[in-house]
Amino acid sequence: MPFVRWLRRNLVVIAGLVTLGYLLLPNVVVTVFSFNKPKGRFNYEWQAFSLDAWKNPCGVADMCGSLSLSLQIALWATIGATVLGTMIAFALVRYRFRARGAVNSLIFLPMAMPEVVMAASLLTLFLNMGAQLGFWTILIAHIMFCLSFVVTAVKARVMSMDPRLEQAAQDLYAGPVQTFVRVTLPIAAPGIAAGALLAFALSFDDFIITNFNAGSTVTFPMFVWGSAQRGTPVQINVIGTTMFIVAVLFVLAAMLLGKRKNKAV
Amino acid sequence: MTTTVTEEPAAPPVAKTARPPRKRGRLVPYWLLLPGLLWLVVFFALPMVYQASTSIQTGSLEDGFKVTWHFATYWQALADYWPQFLRSVLYAGAATILCLALGYPLAYLIAFRAGRWRNLVLILVIAPFFTSFLIRTLAWKTILSDGGPVVSALNALHVLDVTSWLGMTDGNRVLATPLAVICGLTYNFLPFMILPLYTSLERIDGRLHEAAGDLYATPATTFRKVTFPLSMPGVVSGTLLTFIPAAGDYVNADLLGSTDTRMVGNVIQTQFLRILDYPTAAALSFILMAAILIMVTVYIRRSGTEDLV
Amino acid sequence: MTTDHGGDVRLTGISKTYGSFTAVQPLDLTVPEGSFFALLGASGCGKTTTLRMIAGLEEPSSGTVMLGDQDVTALPPYKRPVNTVFQSYALFPHLDIFENVAFGLRRRGVKSVKKQVGEMLDLVQLGEQARKKPHQLSGGQQQRVAVARALINHPKVLLLDEPLGALDLKLRRQMQLELKRIQTEVGITFIHVTHDQEEAMTMADTVAVMNAGRVEQLGAPADLYENPASTFVANFLGTSNFIEAEVAGRSGDDLTLKAGGGKLVLPVSRCTASAATGEKVLVGIRPEKISLTHADDAGTIPDGRNRITGRVADSSFIGVSTQYVIESPLCDAFEVYAQNIERDSRLAPGAEVVLHWNPAHTFGLDAAQDIEAGAAKVEEDAAA
Repeated sequence: MPFVRWLRRNLVVIAGLVTLGYLLLPNVVVTVFSFNKPKGRFNYEWQAFSLDAWKNPCGVADMCGSLSLSLQIALWATIGATVLGTMIAFALVRYRFRARGAVNSLIFLPMAMPEVVMAASLLTLFLNMGAQLGFWTILIAHIMFCLSFVVTAVKARVMSMDPRLEQAAQDLYAGPVQTFVRVTLPIAAPGIAAGALLAFALSFDDFIITNFNAGSTVTFPMFVWGSAQRGTPVQINVIGTTMFIVAVLFVLAAMLLGKRKNKAV
Repeated sequence: MTTTVTEEPAAPPVAKTARPPRKRGRLVPYWLLLPGLLWLVVFFALPMVYQASTSIQTGSLEDGFKVTWHFATYWQALADYWPQFLRSVLYAGAATILCLALGYPLAYLIAFRAGRWRNLVLILVIAPFFTSFLIRTLAWKTILSDGGPVVSALNALHVLDVTSWLGMTDGNRVLATPLAVICGLTYNFLPFMILPLYTSLERIDGRLHEAAGDLYATPATTFRKVTFPLSMPGVVSGTLLTFIPAAGDYVNADLLGSTDTRMVGNVIQTQFLRILDYPTAAALSFILMAAILIMVTVYIRRSGTEDLV
Repeated sequence: MTTDHGGDVRLTGISKTYGSFTAVQPLDLTVPEGSFFALLGASGCGKTTTLRMIAGLEEPSSGTVMLGDQDVTALPPYKRPVNTVFQSYALFPHLDIFENVAFGLRRRGVKSVKKQVGEMLDLVQLGEQARKKPHQLSGGQQQRVAVARALINHPKVLLLDEPLGALDLKLRRQMQLELKRIQTEVGITFIHVTHDQEEAMTMADTVAVMNAGRVEQLGAPADLYENPASTFVANFLGTSNFIEAEVAGRSGDDLTLKAGGGKLVLPVSRCTASAATGEKVLVGIRPEKISLTHADDAGTIPDGRNRITGRVADSSFIGVSTQYVIESPLCDAFEVYAQNIERDSRLAPGAEVVLHWNPAHTFGLDAAQDIEAGAAKVEEDAAA
């Protein structure tokens, strides 16, 4: 039975591809339905092919505004979390100090905490302090939960770095600042970039924490959430599809660039 | 933080041994840590304290809330919402098991069988992350819609008969049932299972498989005795990364479920944002956190991952 | 699997190709039961691939592998009565030493492993370490665990893939003797893959020198060293000096050769090339077989020895011996190793000397090969 033998040998591959299909099916549906012309307010059933939404992506009230707000918040949250997180990561790997264990727990806990718990407790704080909910409270929350992920990503990279490289730089007459700028930072850069990318994705896509702390401000995920109640415009599928394509292209470009760099070295 | 700054660091960094220690250099780690840790203390740790105090307050929105050490709120919350707690644990548990069952073959495929396709498959696993998860979750409404191809196929295969008997689906419907919620949770957190699994599988030295084969282990035994035990760190972190967010999730239960599938996250959200019963919401949130922390600790102890290399 | 009537390992026409690259040319090889057999060659010569085909970790492109009278070519590794000591050991990091050693026994359904494992750990002197994890042991100890883990299964053949490559020099010497002792004690056939010619010669009864996917020569270590059949073997095992010469004639069991203006004698039995009069041959001589005499004392050299004149270009003192490089019209860098018994202080660079040796130590090779073949092994070793 050659077929049975083939099947047994490739069972893992088949099962893996089924999972991959499960992962990608919603993206396929999102893409296909971006060309739909729904009858009612909801875009859940296929009706007719149409390019309307692609021709007029901002044709829905408030959607593009919320998108641009989300991009702004994601950008600032990425910058904030990356700077603060990179500093912590360097301190953790390169220096010995007291209360290391406590610092490590404080960094680990936000990642191990359900989002609702963080969202609810942060809202309690803001309510108690009488803070005005909006852009700034969202940004504060995003930097908070992105921070730990940046620390983890950068730490992994810095830890795998040979400390003798820095000693070699100092041996070759580079001062502390020059050593950092010329040697440490370039080598840690991929880790920092990975952390920043992760932070951007997390912030841009966050709904639960934002929903608690946004007040009346509407980010893109909140717009989608609202539309699930009021009616889903085809345009959100256009945005979803574009984001997916941009992400794939971005990662592919980064990988090709990395390959070329490796070849040059 | 201020107390630690004035204290002496345990040991100076290696490079400093050659030169006399400078006072400023010794404070460098604390300056690096300060802003980030301050952020976490003020916006993560402090809110927990506020929440703890809120949970033992009584009062009303109009008259304001006061700390009255009213622990009865906890008992009341548990008595009122234990079905939602139970559902959270069951749904998240089922989703975690499904994620492991679905994710392991894919992680294995990427680590050992994908060859030059490895990076492409990895991108395809990560890329959906960058499409808003709410949009993708809404797509399941289309996929699982009544009378759609998926539901018809499951019906024809009599799968729905079994799941209905188990109480997971309702007649010919999948949408607005526990199965739909579990399906959505599984989908949403699958990458969190696959990536740690892949990382730990990829680290396994290929010669260990050969050595097991050389020592009379069949491929199945090799998997059971060598591959799987060595991937345990990935299994543990993958299940944690899936279970914890799934247990606190309310998006899937809301979008794909019905009022009969509400999880504890839904309750916290409604109490906090609609009913504005802050003490109950805070108590629920605290119970969820404590329950998860206890479960996670027991789980890590049990799986004995500290022992693994 | 534990049956005692073992048998030889017989490879018939076995080969391995990856796409257009041929790792192992069709190869016939018989390893007698109970022998310590070494496959020696530089990296990429096909020795490890050959070993892996015996283990079943690599499927041969053609040919058969026989263990005794059993054809195992189609058997997966877990069904072959053969065990391997892997390069850098491949010990299971999640199992302790005891469980690593017991692994094969348990897979074959052996219930009470305690006594056997204990005995095996004693054999490799690790009885005390049974409950440690592999990463807690030193390199030499890990190596012994790897040997114990394989040997406990009483394989018909034990395959060793560069088993000492990860150890430092001193430990390596120690483990060579240790492995030799274990092999004598258990009497199992060992097939040992190595790129270290000294290691192969120290341990093995029979050495097969491999080059570019072929076996160049096979024999006892001393035999290979004294009678290399190709320049590759002559250079890869130790060092050799070569002189191009022409066959002038034959007298009895000896060939007379013309080289430059001089005359050399080579026993017919030590010439692997066809040696008709007028044909070219390569004359080889090992550096330690040559004696050096200062030109002023040339008269004291006994008759009947091959002799060449030259000038000392360089000399380096290395303790037990002094190594000289001699310039001569026949060969621009003749290597000579002289034992430091009585050092002649006149043999400094620039001195005129006569090199002379017993004709019985000369060997003759086909002149149509690369004189330098196999000589680059020193750099390759360093890179490996």
